[in-house]
Amino acid sequence: MFDYLVQRLAISVVTLVVISLIVFTGVRMIPGDPARVMAGTEADEAGLAEIRAKYGLTDPLPVQYLRWVGLALRGDLGESIRTRETVVATVAKKLPVTVELACLSIFVALCIAIPVGVLSAARRNTIWDYLANSLSLCGLSVPSFWLGIMLILLLSVRLHWLPASGFVPLWENPVGNLARMLMPAFVLGATLSAVLMRQTRNSMIEVLGADYIRTAYSKGLPGRAVIFRHAIRNGLIPVVTILGLQMGALMGGAVVTEQIFVVPGFGRLIVESVFTRDYPLVQGVVLITASAYVLINLLVDISYSLLNPRIRVKGAADAG
Amino acid sequence: MPAEGSAVATAAVAVAGDARPTSLVRAWRRAARRPPALAGAAVVLFYVVLAVAAPWIAPDDPLRTDWSAIRKGPSAAHLFGTDDLGRDVLSRVIYGTRISMQAGVFSILLAMAIGVPAGLVAGFYRGIFDQLIMRLTDAWLSFPFLILAIGLVTILGPSLINATVAIGVGATPTYIRLTRGLVLSAREEDFVHGARALGAGDLRVMARHILPNISSALLVQATVSIPGAIIAEAILSFLGLGVQPPRPSWGTMLNAAQQFLETAPWMAWWPGLAIFSLALSFNLAGDGLRDWLDPKDY
Repeated sequence: MFDYLVQRLAISVVTLVVISLIVFTGVRMIPGDPARVMAGTEADEAGLAEIRAKYGLTDPLPVQYLRWVGLALRGDLGESIRTRETVVATVAKKLPVTVELACLSIFVALCIAIPVGVLSAARRNTIWDYLANSLSLCGLSVPSFWLGIMLILLLSVRLHWLPASGFVPLWENPVGNLARMLMPAFVLGATLSAVLMRQTRNSMIEVLGADYIRTAYSKGLPGRAVIFRHAIRNGLIPVVTILGLQMGALMGGAVVTEQIFVVPGFGRLIVESVFTRDYPLVQGVVLITASAYVLINLLVDISYSLLNPRIRVKGAADAG
Repeated sequence: MPAEGSAVATAAVAVAGDARPTSLVRAWRRAARRPPALAGAAVVLFYVVLAVAAPWIAPDDPLRTDWSAIRKGPSAAHLFGTDDLGRDVLSRVIYGTRISMQAGVFSILLAMAIGVPAGLVAGFYRGIFDQLIMRLTDAWLSFPFLILAIGLVTILGPSLINATVAIGVGATPTYIRLTRGLVLSAREEDFVHGARALGAGDLRVMARHILPNISSALLVQATVSIPGAIIAEAILSFLGLGVQPPRPSWGTMLNAAQQFLETAPWMAWWPGLAIFSLALSFNLAGDGLRDWLDPKDY
């Protein structure tokens, strides 16, 4: 187990180093002089030289890279060109909104995916199964931003049930906040639920074919008890992994969803920083997103190995 | 083994019917057992025709503005209505097919052009190549698809070609991983050892023996990743990072529609419905293709 952890950790560290290299080179590939961008169009040659000296832009690239990584490790990702606020502070302000949105949409997705997936596995090749499969195929094919627009059209424009946009913080007005987050969470959760439903169905079908399930049935246990007490426990383990792998897609989806529903979160920040050519902000945001993703996957792998002993034995054998 | 299987199948058919069906007929019969997949393929074909023949099919010039017909609802003159500049929405949707098809197909071709050779090398040679390529792939996969695409478009500048490149680059690691996994199992097959024993070099083994055996899995993956690429292009264009107005793309049309939801909802219906139906058809066709190419399914 220890070997496996060390190996998994080492891989994550290497991945993080490669990520930082990609982000660093990526930002330097942006056409244009960074000093010019930071100084604005009115700066003269002396002003530019001053900025270059201040940020060490004349140093060799490896030196610049090491300095950037050193600062990043100490939690300093520079400051936004536009607002002069530090990147870390800006992200810290926006992130909770997106985390709330993500949690709500995961909740929505699980509420749809698990019952439907279990039902379609238990009633395989019936009308329920076909319906569930069609539903998940539609969920995979529908562009989430269009789904969002259609929901606004129906629930806000036509029926006036829910506000189409605007945002109120959770701690100021919980009811208003939830009313405004309901549609974004559903839109973001819809695609996720389609993916999770397929996974739930597949792994439940596999588990329901296992010997211990037949034993449970032959003991005379009612079908309900077999499915809910025996099958679901094992059947949902792969779903956890898939959920972890979907975090990246969720972050990407948040960008679009926040754009449509005007939610002032992390995703909207990314788009804004791109459009205002706020390079330090883009650099920091991309780095944070990728690192978070690596971290989440590390946690998923570790929790998975705790749930399933076979993996860590295999991992240890590989390492040794 | 496959030869034996088909011999048995032909024998069975020969006993059952008096005429021996050609392999084409048999392939069609197997396809005909999957109506949803066939319907999906038909719709995809329909969109291909729309894309190729857009100038002859579209009733109007997609860029021609008409100030006397601004945001008019669907009518006989404009079946899908008109947009905020009085342009015919039907014509714009038809021309938008070109952009979506282009972005969807070419981005996946690009991903395969990079990913398949890289995966082949990693899986075939193992060792340091494998480690290097796989660590790079891990890092690559850590950037959420859309975030990577947004970052790339920031560097390259917004345009259809750059959006296509960004989507392709974002989809590449999937192909590296898939190819590597397939190669890892294929290189241990007896026919590979046989080819080696006959003196085939690395390149020949990879190109003539391994690649043909993994190509159907790659083809299926391509079919099911095209809808994702089409949606990604629409998202980038919707965010203003892809196709630039006035070129008609489904994403930019939806972006424009957002401001007029109350007065001109049809501007939002059609482009979205087009994306949805095209993506759904690709998914249906891909699922069918997977079963159809599966040698176990007879």
